[in-house]
Amino acid sequence: MASARATKIDRLAGLAVRSPDDQDPDGAGPDSGLSLAASAWRRLRRNPVFIVGAVVIGLFLILAVLAPLIAPHDPGLRLLEDQVSRARNEIPPAQPGHPMGGDQFGRDFFSRMLLGSQQTLMVAVLATVIGLGGGLVLGTLAGAFGGWVDTLVMRIVDVMLSIPSLLLAVSIGALFSQQTQFTVILAVAIVQIPIFARLLRGTMLGVRESDHVLAARALGVKGRSIVFRHILPNSLGPVIVQSTLVLAIAILDAAALSFLGLGAADDATPEWGQMLGNAQDFFDSQPHLAIWPAACIVVVALGFTLVGESMREALDPRQRR
Amino acid sequence: MLQLVLVVWVLSVLIFAWLRSLPGGPVSALLGDRGTAETRAQLTEALGLDDPIFVQYLRFVGRALTGDFGTSTGVSPGKPAMDLFMERFPATIELSIAAVLIALVTAIPLGYVAARRRGGWLDNTGIVGSMIGISIPIFFLAFLLKYLISIKLGLLPTGGRQSATIDATRVTGFFVLDGLLTREWDAAWDALRHLFLPALALASIPFAVIFRITRASVLDVMDEDYVRTARSKGLAGRVIRDRHILRNAMLPVVTTVGLQTGALLSGAVLTETVFAWQGIGQALAIGFERKDFPVLQVVIIAAAMAYVLVNLLVDLSYAVIDPRIRTAQKGS
Amino acid sequence: MGMALLEVRDLAVSFRRKGEEPTAAVDGISFDVHPGQTVGLVGESGCGKSVTSLAIMGLLPQRGNQVTGSVRFEGTELLGLSQKAMDERRGRDLGMVFQDPLSSLNPVIPVGLQVAEVLQRHRGRSRKEAMAESAELLDRVGIPDPTRRIDEYPHQLSGGMRQRALIAIALACRPRLLIADEPTTALDVTIQAQILKLLSEMVTGTDTALIMITHDLGVVAGLCDEVNVMYGGRIVERAKRHELFAEPRHPYTAGLLASIPRLDAPRGEKLVPIRGSVADNIPWTHACAFAPRCPNALDRCVEVTPELVDDRGGMLRCHNPVEPALRAGAEEVRA
Repeated sequence: MASARATKIDRLAGLAVRSPDDQDPDGAGPDSGLSLAASAWRRLRRNPVFIVGAVVIGLFLILAVLAPLIAPHDPGLRLLEDQVSRARNEIPPAQPGHPMGGDQFGRDFFSRMLLGSQQTLMVAVLATVIGLGGGLVLGTLAGAFGGWVDTLVMRIVDVMLSIPSLLLAVSIGALFSQQTQFTVILAVAIVQIPIFARLLRGTMLGVRESDHVLAARALGVKGRSIVFRHILPNSLGPVIVQSTLVLAIAILDAAALSFLGLGAADDATPEWGQMLGNAQDFFDSQPHLAIWPAACIVVVALGFTLVGESMREALDPRQRR
Repeated sequence: MLQLVLVVWVLSVLIFAWLRSLPGGPVSALLGDRGTAETRAQLTEALGLDDPIFVQYLRFVGRALTGDFGTSTGVSPGKPAMDLFMERFPATIELSIAAVLIALVTAIPLGYVAARRRGGWLDNTGIVGSMIGISIPIFFLAFLLKYLISIKLGLLPTGGRQSATIDATRVTGFFVLDGLLTREWDAAWDALRHLFLPALALASIPFAVIFRITRASVLDVMDEDYVRTARSKGLAGRVIRDRHILRNAMLPVVTTVGLQTGALLSGAVLTETVFAWQGIGQALAIGFERKDFPVLQVVIIAAAMAYVLVNLLVDLSYAVIDPRIRTAQKGS
Repeated sequence: MGMALLEVRDLAVSFRRKGEEPTAAVDGISFDVHPGQTVGLVGESGCGKSVTSLAIMGLLPQRGNQVTGSVRFEGTELLGLSQKAMDERRGRDLGMVFQDPLSSLNPVIPVGLQVAEVLQRHRGRSRKEAMAESAELLDRVGIPDPTRRIDEYPHQLSGGMRQRALIAIALACRPRLLIADEPTTALDVTIQAQILKLLSEMVTGTDTALIMITHDLGVVAGLCDEVNVMYGGRIVERAKRHELFAEPRHPYTAGLLASIPRLDAPRGEKLVPIRGSVADNIPWTHACAFAPRCPNALDRCVEVTPELVDDRGGMLRCHNPVEPALRAGAEEVRA
């Protein structure tokens, strides 16, 4: 039933509890004896997929920090408005001072592309943090208490998971009378809450049954201390992996919302997804208005995906080679 | 079954709450900005918005059970939302099935070969390709395909489901199938040409996911002891592949196909919009733009039900291929 | 004795990981198996005994390892045989029983078919004939109600029955050589004896030879004609069963024997475990790998590699073997 998607999430959750030593049938490999995290990091460092992803993210962060210094113009000012002709479908071409020309409103496209990185980063990070935060609260409630709290939380989570994510995001977005960057972030984030919650709960249930937690319980460690010092810290691996992937998903979902007309109404401060969504009417005549932000989105989303996937692979001991 | 009922019930509460929390409330939701003070007052009374909230909820559920979700206000004004949904639903199913088929027939063989030649060029290309597939906004991919193949090269139609010049007989609402059933080959071919690009764009997400799951799952299964046993029997490579590796490796793939239903519907909203494909995805996109809440209700409830139903089917088919689950069910 | 059925000469297997030195799992071992004979390969986990069996069967992973030396089966060199030619022999001339019967059976295929497919492959039987024969085989290995069982799946059988089914698969074509890799380790103690009895019944009186791979000297005691004790990828001692138990020569063998409880031992006698673990191994180059754990170690043991030499009718690789009298003395001191 709706449990199918849940099963997949739970399977991912299982990664946290599997022992690192169930490979190498004959002979102790050089990795044995290292902690799961340490040996995961060892494998990660050598993985070209991870390195490429990390470099992409690094460049993206540098760009976001330096953008205001590089950008030649204010991205909100319609400096080249006189060159825009709606009737003839013309926008300002590349010219001295404006290396990439202007957009459909005559604003400097180069500056908008550069500064777009900042908003895009903000959307990705804030949406992930909110989604993760909500998921942590719900998941910890369910995973730590069990019983009817668990049942209630998980029922709601299952229903939310059964609504296609974009529909859910759009429905949430529609609740606000005025769309802003923040409502977009919120809509994208809320969709991620049930996924994080389910993932964390699954991991925590696994860890709760693991030997070291049983040992702590047998030693008489108090309930709250067991949850926060033993279970939760050991359950975070899959959640961290998921967060990395959600950074990419958030950027893509925000772009989809803009495309459907539920992006932030105010576009003085540019964001790549919004730029791409708003460029849809010009795609046939001015494809570069869509291609540049789209290319940036693909590269950055790919960067996060590469890092997330290589982390997932590193955490999964069966994938070790 | 119980879960299906439960999901639909919680969903009805959520939708009801959602309709009431929309900016301006249900009256604005129905009338949009067009209502005068007088019509608003009339509608408030007609809708029974003065009644206690649980009475309103019961009325909402009662109507929903008879398929009465109100009349479309924006997508196709005046038409009952349910009729509009029934009319457009086959289009989305046709598109989704085509997309899943494209994904299945390409991703499973590729995933298998990639796993067998792990680290080879095909494996690496497949992994990078699938990651790009996940990272590319699907509506942009749709645009790109449409721009290059339909507009620049003129090879395929730019949108819609059937050329206006073709007068096809309608039987099922699945245009390709209709053409085949009525032996109107030109209509079937025309429908197929319209279907190809949107289905291809929509297939990008399930392709990426199925490829990766197949690959990972085949890698897992190849390491299993029973594959070693099969090799110790000296069985032919084909038997090992089909009977021992693929049959076991398909278990997670089947689940994944079910899980993709949600993503597929999300993708359909975007793809249908780009290709003017008259399905429920396009209705949804237009519905949100024009605040057509009766239509939105139907589609959201139907989408969630479709998701739950498909996964129910997946669970059932799971029992067919995995005897462990079959016995467990018989036992209980 | 006539020509050996299986001649293993200087077999070495090393695994390489990306960017690391290859590690030798099997480091040049030689032994013969004659028709009808039961030979034991004994050692701790990690000593290379399972890798040896997989190398003989040609079942090592295709990549990441290097196999050298020679494995001759009825005069044919198996190493370097094409995949196809090897497939012809596997299941027909060479059968193998694995350690974990649950994971070694395909979970989604009925047990009967898993037996029958060997017969279809090598005996050219039709599906129907093979299924009938499969039921007979299951009956012979002691599975009750075989006509019903052939349609059941592995998870519906008990652990012991699964192992019986695996034995039926391995013996279906009456192979000349059967390799049993820890066939009882994953089973309950009560079942272990039954499976060992079944194995010995199946091979005695036929000319099927059996290689028994185990860490359990108790298994060897009941079954094997000849025993090879392995340590660190090499054979350190070879002897007939009775000689090995009566007079172990290698300190490692003596240690293994001293660490099993014995019913005939005087009350109050302590079990003597072998010190340390496999992790303490040193490479065989210029030393004896067992030296760090050896009670008899001399200075020479960490300077010169001991060779495998003839010793009292068997073979021994040790600079300072256990003398029968000394061994008794040592035990008294410890006690």
